[in-house]
Amino acid sequence: MKRKAISGVVVLAVLGGSSIVQAAGPSATMLAYTCAGCHGTDGSSVGPATPSIAGTDPTYFTDVMIAYKKAERPSTVMTRIAKGYSDEEIEAMAEFFAAQKFKRYPQKYDAAKAARGKGLHDEYCEKCHEEGGRNPEDSSVLAGQWIPYLQISMEEFLNGEREMPKKMKKKVNTLIKKQGKASIDDLNHFYGSQK
Amino acid sequence: MSKINRRNFIKLAGGATLSGLSIGFPFVSFGATHKVVVVGGGVGGCTVAKYLRKLDPNIEVTLIEAKPKYQTCFLSNEVLSGDRTMDSLTFGYDGLKKHGITVVHDRVVGIDPNKKSVRTAGGKSFAYDRCVVSPGVDFKWEAIKGYNPKVAETITHAWYAGPQTMTLRKQLLAMKDGGTAIIVAPPNPFKCPPGPYERAAQMAMYFKHHKPKSKVIILDPKDAFSKQGLFIQGWTRYYGYGTDKSMIEWVSGAGGGKVEALHAKKRTLVGLVDEFKGDVVNIIPPQKAGKIAFDADLVDGDWCPVNKKTFESKRHAGIHVLGDASDAAKMPKSAYAANSQAKVAAAAIVNALNGREPGTPAYVNTCYSLIAQDWGISVAAVYKLNESTNIIESVKGSGGVTPMDASPKLHRQEVIYAHSWFKNVVHDMMG
Repeated sequence: MKRKAISGVVVLAVLGGSSIVQAAGPSATMLAYTCAGCHGTDGSSVGPATPSIAGTDPTYFTDVMIAYKKAERPSTVMTRIAKGYSDEEIEAMAEFFAAQKFKRYPQKYDAAKAARGKGLHDEYCEKCHEEGGRNPEDSSVLAGQWIPYLQISMEEFLNGEREMPKKMKKKVNTLIKKQGKASIDDLNHFYGSQK
Repeated sequence: MSKINRRNFIKLAGGATLSGLSIGFPFVSFGATHKVVVVGGGVGGCTVAKYLRKLDPNIEVTLIEAKPKYQTCFLSNEVLSGDRTMDSLTFGYDGLKKHGITVVHDRVVGIDPNKKSVRTAGGKSFAYDRCVVSPGVDFKWEAIKGYNPKVAETITHAWYAGPQTMTLRKQLLAMKDGGTAIIVAPPNPFKCPPGPYERAAQMAMYFKHHKPKSKVIILDPKDAFSKQGLFIQGWTRYYGYGTDKSMIEWVSGAGGGKVEALHAKKRTLVGLVDEFKGDVVNIIPPQKAGKIAFDADLVDGDWCPVNKKTFESKRHAGIHVLGDASDAAKMPKSAYAANSQAKVAAAAIVNALNGREPGTPAYVNTCYSLIAQDWGISVAAVYKLNESTNIIESVKGSGGVTPMDASPKLHRQEVIYAHSWFKNVVHDMMG
């Protein structure tokens, strides 16, 4: 299912619904507003490294936050912060951010790397990260994401601090075997270059 | 089995409307336009102005601030090491104007809670339905004999970023190698609890690269300070702390660190036990709420008591106080805290002006300190309100500081996330 297809009205209904379930808790909006100091207003970061979380697939968002909470994913402050929220509150924030438009701010990138990265993306990544990484199905939005953050993430994947999904692992391994390790940064620059 | 009574239902409806707003279904209010006047254009004031307009575009928001530009105090310690320019900390108010906020550059001299009117030094008055006061801190000059605003032009506090930050930087540049810079730290509570200790690190960073025989002495009335273990770890790693060649020395209260007087001409500080002479002296005085909070009768003691669900003053209805000037225990006086409190206040004001009950608040603080160019440390906290005690409590099991065994890689990441926090919090408040 393409979560992108959920209309704003449905999301509104979901938000309303979740508020009723947790009558005593803060609203999804109230909870999500507390993230903006690092992740930007409504989840679109102005960089240079904290990722934009606007438009993130809500299931993926929830999984990530719960992984932070359990310290199953490397982080600086996020494990400490995620522990402050119930699973229900995390789900409410997930719906809020899924409904936000991902704003792309210009960033510096290496044009040659980005050009090579485009070809690599089409060959190795497009099948899951559709539309050049714009479609966030089961992930966050990659197109326009901050390059330093992509670099940190890929490094964590490659050195085993973060587990890659099976399909990704296979593709990444083939990519590195055929194109060399530097090709990973070509991808980072391709995604970062998207406007 | 439903527990939804009428009061709760109103609350829930309010919550749903807020949620709707954020994704593009503005709440349409009928009748007269509401007016909010915001006093102070720092983190609290700017954020509340922006979020009031975001949550209810029908509210007319006027922000009154004396200074034409805002200079962030956060990250201004980096100017002392030479890693950052004042320009990079300087921001105009045009971003707020784009959100339909009227920005007036004037100084507020009085607030009449009965007539609901704000008066300025320029002789103007502004009527309000709700007023927000976010003036930051003022200094208790009388606490250190011989120190006053005039003396502070040369023996700086630099606790507001501005000309004094550059004066202090120039004094460090002019100091001879082998000299001593003294930082006088304030007692609790004060703005930016880790700030004096980060300042010591940033000064030592400059000395290490340019004047390696020099040192920084912190004279502290306290026996403990924010992120202490992490600071000592970082100072030890980079500045030889604890050795006889240490570039940083911390004198605790118990060790005679409390300063009672300054001889400005001799640059000598009189402590309880010893006198300390500095080539460069920086005094961060004890603090209290900003002047207008006293003039408008919003204080109880040094700070402004508020209902922490709404940040409405406990002294005068219709006036909200947030940021450093408020007593928002147990949140620290930090930029992130002011930004977070402003959103709670904005939502509460929008609810009140539209006849709804306030929603349940949520608050966060995150604060970074930079010890060296690739060594950052942080503290983070997620808070909820205990409504029966009116205390903002950290959610059990959450928050805390960077782990003591964090890798150099993680400390490097904390630096780049600190710089990201800076850009995002500035953009969130005035972009």
